Amino acid sequence: MTNKKILVALAGQPNCGKSTVFNALTGASQHVANYPGVTVEKMSGSYRYNGRTVEVVDLPGTYSLTSYSPEERVSRDFILHEKPSLVVNVTDASNLKRSLYLTFQLLEMEIPLVLNLNMTDMAEQVGVVIDTEGIAEHLGVAVVPTSMKNGQGKKALFNAVAAAAEGGRKAAVRIDYGVMEPFLRDIEKRLADETTMPAFYPARWVAIKLMEGDGETRNLVRADSPRAEHLLRFTERLRGDFESRFNEAPELFIAHRRYREADDIERRYITPGRQAVGTLSDRIDRVVCHRLLGPIILVGVIWILYYLSIVQGYHITNYTWPLLAKIRSLAEAVTPQPGFIEIPMLRALVLWFVDSVNALLNYIPILFILFGLIAILEDSGYMPRMAFIMDRFFSRYGLHGQSTLPMVLGGIYVGGCAVPGVMACKGIPDERSRLATILIIPMLNCLAKVPLYVLLINIYFAAHKAWAMFFISTISLLIALPVSRILTLTILKDKETAPFVMEMPPYHLPTMRGVLGRATERVWLFIRKITTIVAAVAVVLFVLLQFPGINDERQVYYDAKKDKAIADFLSQIEGTPFADDLQGENLMAMILYWKEYKNARMLTKGPEAMSTLNATYKARNPVFFRIVQPGKDKVAKQANRAFKNLYRKRQDLLREIRKERIDNSFLGRLGRWPEPVTRFAGFNWRVNVALLSAFAAKESSVATLGALYEPEEEGEALEARMARGEAGFTSLHALTLMLFMVLYPPCLATSIAVKLQTGSVKWMLFSMAYPMALGLVVAVAVFSGGSALGLTGLQAMIAFYGLALALTVATGLLKEKERYS
Amino acid sequence: MTLDELKPGGWCQIKRISVRDRLGQRLMDMGLCPGLHLRVVRNAPLEDPMEVEIEGRFISLRHTEARFVEVEGHDQ
Repeated sequence: MTNKKILVALAGQPNCGKSTVFNALTGASQHVANYPGVTVEKMSGSYRYNGRTVEVVDLPGTYSLTSYSPEERVSRDFILHEKPSLVVNVTDASNLKRSLYLTFQLLEMEIPLVLNLNMTDMAEQVGVVIDTEGIAEHLGVAVVPTSMKNGQGKKALFNAVAAAAEGGRKAAVRIDYGVMEPFLRDIEKRLADETTMPAFYPARWVAIKLMEGDGETRNLVRADSPRAEHLLRFTERLRGDFESRFNEAPELFIAHRRYREADDIERRYITPGRQAVGTLSDRIDRVVCHRLLGPIILVGVIWILYYLSIVQGYHITNYTWPLLAKIRSLAEAVTPQPGFIEIPMLRALVLWFVDSVNALLNYIPILFILFGLIAILEDSGYMPRMAFIMDRFFSRYGLHGQSTLPMVLGGIYVGGCAVPGVMACKGIPDERSRLATILIIPMLNCLAKVPLYVLLINIYFAAHKAWAMFFISTISLLIALPVSRILTLTILKDKETAPFVMEMPPYHLPTMRGVLGRATERVWLFIRKITTIVAAVAVVLFVLLQFPGINDERQVYYDAKKDKAIADFLSQIEGTPFADDLQGENLMAMILYWKEYKNARMLTKGPEAMSTLNATYKARNPVFFRIVQPGKDKVAKQANRAFKNLYRKRQDLLREIRKERIDNSFLGRLGRWPEPVTRFAGFNWRVNVALLSAFAAKESSVATLGALYEPEEEGEALEARMARGEAGFTSLHALTLMLFMVLYPPCLATSIAVKLQTGSVKWMLFSMAYPMALGLVVAVAVFSGGSALGLTGLQAMIAFYGLALALTVATGLLKEKERYS
Repeated sequence: MTLDELKPGGWCQIKRISVRDRLGQRLMDMGLCPGLHLRVVRNAPLEDPMEVEIEGRFISLRHTEARFVEVEGHDQ
């Protein structure tokens, strides 16, 4: 028995210093995960005391233990089903009375309990005196005062935990529910007679919960007994009887009694302190929530957040990208080497895989800064203020005050990223608003959509660049808001909503440890979850792009071209001393040497590093080096020119083959298949393929277009290639393409974030399907409508903007159905 | 009268919570319990939500939610 692990649950209301207690108890041995099926984080850790291991689970901070919010549900389920050895109930000693409301609910669950009065220093400061022995006696539990911030009382808490784990349960106080007691007794009796519930759950607690009309408890009864419905009808009748006799809803009566009990304890054992007048937090809020200053400060905070994470974060990726590039070169080195035009399948697969994962790992610096800043916002107490200021605006569109941060991260104006945006939706308590926010974030301006916009604007709106850019940056919000309104009125109509009622906690200075710790944990969680799924999807996309590949006839054609290029080259260097060194296998070695050298040069900065690099390569192969760096050597220069020519021909051939392979591939066929429909939107199959490939990552759309429109001369810009390649393209085509991109389904990484945050594959699929459908409808309407009316791209743009603006205003004015009756 | 009719700076005593289920439970859980006195601290920049102080705790709630808190106004 003594060697059994002790499992302790830490429970308490928000802002009572619970995380300080958790950190003090468990030190560095912490672990974060999610509770199954919900996005609530589960923090756990452990410590050893007197030779025994104590595992501590930090339950989410909750005011109560109803089944209305996921936090309260997981806390309750943990206590009910995991059956911890005891609960440490952390409370704020300076305001014990209101903390006791939760304490009573824990006691009713009949679990051994240690009452921890934390923040005693604060209590002393304002002159609160607590008779801890009196309370311990009254409640029948151990009471341990601590000031964990200053490390006081830790030992006493360790001892109390050990003692409570040994001592088992004591008879604790019962709240007297007065006129409700006969009702509770009736239910308890029926429970004992008709169910096996009392064997698993505290019968009185079940009775109280049934009187409250608690949904989850009703489900527990249903799971237990075949006669459940009968019993539940009985409890509903009791609830009705109670209400008509005492003119108060039973659940409100129960809450009321708990406060009365807390009042009683305060009167007996607590000497109240001085009334704090005009606290610091209140004074800060006079500015932060001010009618005019409030919104200005909000914009400032958002700007700093955006600037530090997205802008500065991208700067950091300049330094971290070379590390990822090294991983890629390592992969290049260990996989089978390419031939002149043959790329071994294994090599192609591994490199594709590494590229896909790298594209995501590249986000890590941004995410780390972002998660750190979000932790600061959370810990400081600014988040609720942000929600307070913005709620009126967002609630008109079925969103929530707390949608502000996710939407800013997603890119309300220009250049966000949907992944952290979706991840930040976690805190929105209202299920319907949360889902709506998650669903519209992918429509905002993620950074990776920008290259396509820039490309198209430069070709087709060259005369009105600034206006076109303004259009595209703001249109996304004008589409997202009405869409959110419509979603919440239709598909999301029946989703649970939650009251806005929330505490505006006192401001609090975040700690370095807390912020860094949380940022690291969340980044780690992100990496673990995302990379595995990305890996799987990357392989699928690879197959779609690679197969069935080039047929034999064409292979012969390419081989002939290759042989000719090599023969030309050899004849050009014939008679030079290099001729012998570049025969057969050596030629391929030279090509790889050249490529490696060029890549290495790109990553090298400064003249000293460059000369070291040169020396290394010279030592590796002096003959090749002469061709690479001919200097004034005439013969070598001739060879250099010939080689460059050959190298370019090889690049062209590879590009041509790649293009043909994409044309032939399953993905290419997939691009042709919807052409009969997309024709009405002005998209041909090439554009379709580019759009399909954008699913892996939005920036791929431009890369794929780059592969599809081959350059005629070296270094020709994609703008020129595309303009020539699609001579029939007009600015109206470009407009529809951009609008389709605005509505484009979330990229791979975002889709996975959506799955994590909604906890459901179905919602992920929906988040991909509805923008696709909507995008197609909009594109067809704009293109076909615009063509029919003979509008130019610019005219259509203005018309569309006007419509979207009108729709936004109209949906914002829609009257919402009464939420409460 | 009901809480949503009060202007910032106004004091009142809670008489009754006239909504049940989720909202009623939440109001009670956050400490808006009949018998207690509260002060309206401010309205948000766009008028809604409102912020009240009750027993040293600051709570924000929408006016549509405050409609279900029946109060009796008084000075201090």
